[in-house]
Amino acid sequence: MDQFEPKIVAFVCNWCTYAGADLTGTSRLKYAHNVRIIRFPCTGRIDFLLLQQAFAKGADGIIVSGCHPNDCHYTSGNFHARRRWMVFRQMLENMGVEAERIVFSWVSAAEGAKWADLVNETVESIKKLGPYHKYQDMAKSLEEWEVTHE
Amino acid sequence: MARIGVFVCHCGENISATVDCDRVAENASGLPGVVHSVDYKYMCSDPGQTLIKEAIKEHKLTGVVVAACSPRMHEPTFRKACAEAGLNPFLCEMANVREHCSWVHEKTESTTQKAKDVVRLLVEKVKRNEALQPIKVPVTKKAVVIGGGVAGIQASLDIANGGHQVLLVEREPSIGGHMSQLSETFPTLDCSQCILTPRMVEVAQHPNITLWSYSEVIGLDGFIGNFTVKIRKKAKSIDEHLCTGCGLCTQKCPVRKIPSEFEQGLGTRPAIYTPFPQAVPNKPVIDKLNCTYYLKGRCKLCERVCPTQAIRFDQPDEIVEVQAGAIVLATGYDIKRTDFFPEYGYGKYKDVIDGLQFERLASASGPTGGMIRRPSDGQIPKNIVFVACAGSRDPAKGIEYCSKICCMYTAKHAMLYKHKVHDGTPYVFYMDIRAAGKDYDEFTRRAIEVDRTKYIRGRVSRIYEKEGKLVVVGADTLLGGQKVEIEADMVVLATASVANPGSEELAQIVHVSYDRYKFFAEAHPKLKPVETNTAGIFLAGACQAPKDIPESVSAASGAAAKVLGLFANDELTREPLVAVVNRMAPPLFSTCIGCFLCQPVCPYNAIEREEFKTRDGKLLKAVARINPGLCQGCGTCVALCRSKSIDLYGYSNKQIYTEVSALLDEALV
Repeated sequence: MDQFEPKIVAFVCNWCTYAGADLTGTSRLKYAHNVRIIRFPCTGRIDFLLLQQAFAKGADGIIVSGCHPNDCHYTSGNFHARRRWMVFRQMLENMGVEAERIVFSWVSAAEGAKWADLVNETVESIKKLGPYHKYQDMAKSLEEWEVTHE
Repeated sequence: MARIGVFVCHCGENISATVDCDRVAENASGLPGVVHSVDYKYMCSDPGQTLIKEAIKEHKLTGVVVAACSPRMHEPTFRKACAEAGLNPFLCEMANVREHCSWVHEKTESTTQKAKDVVRLLVEKVKRNEALQPIKVPVTKKAVVIGGGVAGIQASLDIANGGHQVLLVEREPSIGGHMSQLSETFPTLDCSQCILTPRMVEVAQHPNITLWSYSEVIGLDGFIGNFTVKIRKKAKSIDEHLCTGCGLCTQKCPVRKIPSEFEQGLGTRPAIYTPFPQAVPNKPVIDKLNCTYYLKGRCKLCERVCPTQAIRFDQPDEIVEVQAGAIVLATGYDIKRTDFFPEYGYGKYKDVIDGLQFERLASASGPTGGMIRRPSDGQIPKNIVFVACAGSRDPAKGIEYCSKICCMYTAKHAMLYKHKVHDGTPYVFYMDIRAAGKDYDEFTRRAIEVDRTKYIRGRVSRIYEKEGKLVVVGADTLLGGQKVEIEADMVVLATASVANPGSEELAQIVHVSYDRYKFFAEAHPKLKPVETNTAGIFLAGACQAPKDIPESVSAASGAAAKVLGLFANDELTREPLVAVVNRMAPPLFSTCIGCFLCQPVCPYNAIEREEFKTRDGKLLKAVARINPGLCQGCGTCVALCRSKSIDLYGYSNKQIYTEVSALLDEALV
């Protein structure tokens, strides 16, 4: 069997983490290629149900990252994201979803190296956790159930 | 049907060294909806842009994806190119295959695969982009300046000299602020009133400035360029048009023992008064809380002596609404009073005074005519102790910041004292001497070396009275913390500068944020020091943090420059990436259920209540509406909305949902 290469989706804000990841590039720091970045104006924009959607579509791990507390371009969006995450994580745990597959972090526009480390560490930890089919299977069976019960 | 064009850039070798650009372009041509896909060495160059423009026309493209560098770098370039070819610029997206791909990975199959994935993702997104038009809002070219201290005066004059109307609103009966109370100013020791009062007169006489003293802002609606400011003009109980400011009423008023606010309680004033002789406007107001007529229903002596019959006892407060395009907050600061300090006698010792009281004692127009005299018995103090950092930099007092101006004015006070009382000895207890500024350190050195002020590095733990003297107990930390006791005739506390009372209330009225000390918060501590996070509202002076006069004036001029820059436009153009609440036909009007949970999360107060009523006024439904002039497009409300009624242009639910799905539908790695 080939070595397991996890699929990781990163939800990042435009002003800090996206710019930080740009800095990783301009600094030519190397990191694992497993991550795909989706740009949001602010972490406050992130509807956490999108995280479920990502798992349902087969993601093995998720990174959510925005501006550090008090540095939000929109003053308070990252605080709202943090609060939602606190609630959402509990909900995931109650549902039996592996919440440790979601990494919540702050990466500023000046932290190119931190972004590279964050991606590498996440890839490593998800590799240890292995592929994540549970949620995808559940979503599929739900779809099938819906089709058969229409 | 979507007709998408994909343009893959090599960026010289920056991308093509690790990503196989040919195959990325080839792969993209197979994606649903893509009708044209090419790669080129430099997309951002003139020939590269021409390539895109021609393709838009030739293939009648409905969307463009440029796979190149970060959109933070060249998105404006490519959007402009699209606009020139007749395609709405918001139908152009960039796939970041340089900073997020070619530069951070080695040349492997996975790197090319990542580039392919990113392109696919953006193709799916751009198919769902909408053609957007920039938002245009008109600008009312009139500014309201709140606060008439030196910062408010400077901002008003700068804006007025720039040719625009200014309304200056001042809470007190006269403009001038704390600066008008000061005796001399550091580091030049020039007389404060001598430099300020000409400016005050200029404000009063400027054709572009309207001055409303004794007035307060009580409401604010609208957004940048289009504010409606609600102002209460408190009743002065005089007809300003008739009053000539002769001052006869203030001389005849029988109530004379009211502590004067201007003299910091060291002098008195009558019930009908102007705060100080050079007041602007120089017309009196009646203090209703102390006037015999308002208290007991008889007296009216002022009415009898007034030569122009200007007294109006029945004058009501007036509430006026004013249209304005920009607002400057210049509400200044206040200081802690001596009663804040239990260890220094809770304000019960008459000869323990604060810095502003000392300013009045040292002022030629003050209650002692400029002689330094003890408030208790009028004696000239021979030993005087100045206590710096009284309350400042003291977590135990809840004020952790440095009040910034005290080191300088304490040195100034010691010098002024020494210049007036040649045989006296000034002592200063200090933590550090912070004298950063042009000619500032030279000034404090002068206080020590030329005027022989005894600086003692240490703090004062206690002040108590003993046989008519004030015993100041402190430590000298340069002598290893040795206890120092000084028998002083007078003590001056350089008390902490704090936000003006009422600043929290005002911040809530005008919707600007403030820090934990109630000072107004700037939009960015370094790069936007005079802006607030509410567009169109600017900060000047010490309402933002403790500041000295030069800093307040430069901040005021900075704020004025921002206002003039704003007023240079007839219309404001904004990126249309804003949130909207959906609308539909009656009886639903919108899927919004009117819970208004979105209102408190909006940092810009952009969410309003819109009511749908029948012709006879019966409420059918109340739903949220987002003011596009205020919305900055953060999307916090979008994620919060329980009925999914809010969407964000540029990052719509559909676009993002598709992005997430498109990324993972195919094998990722």
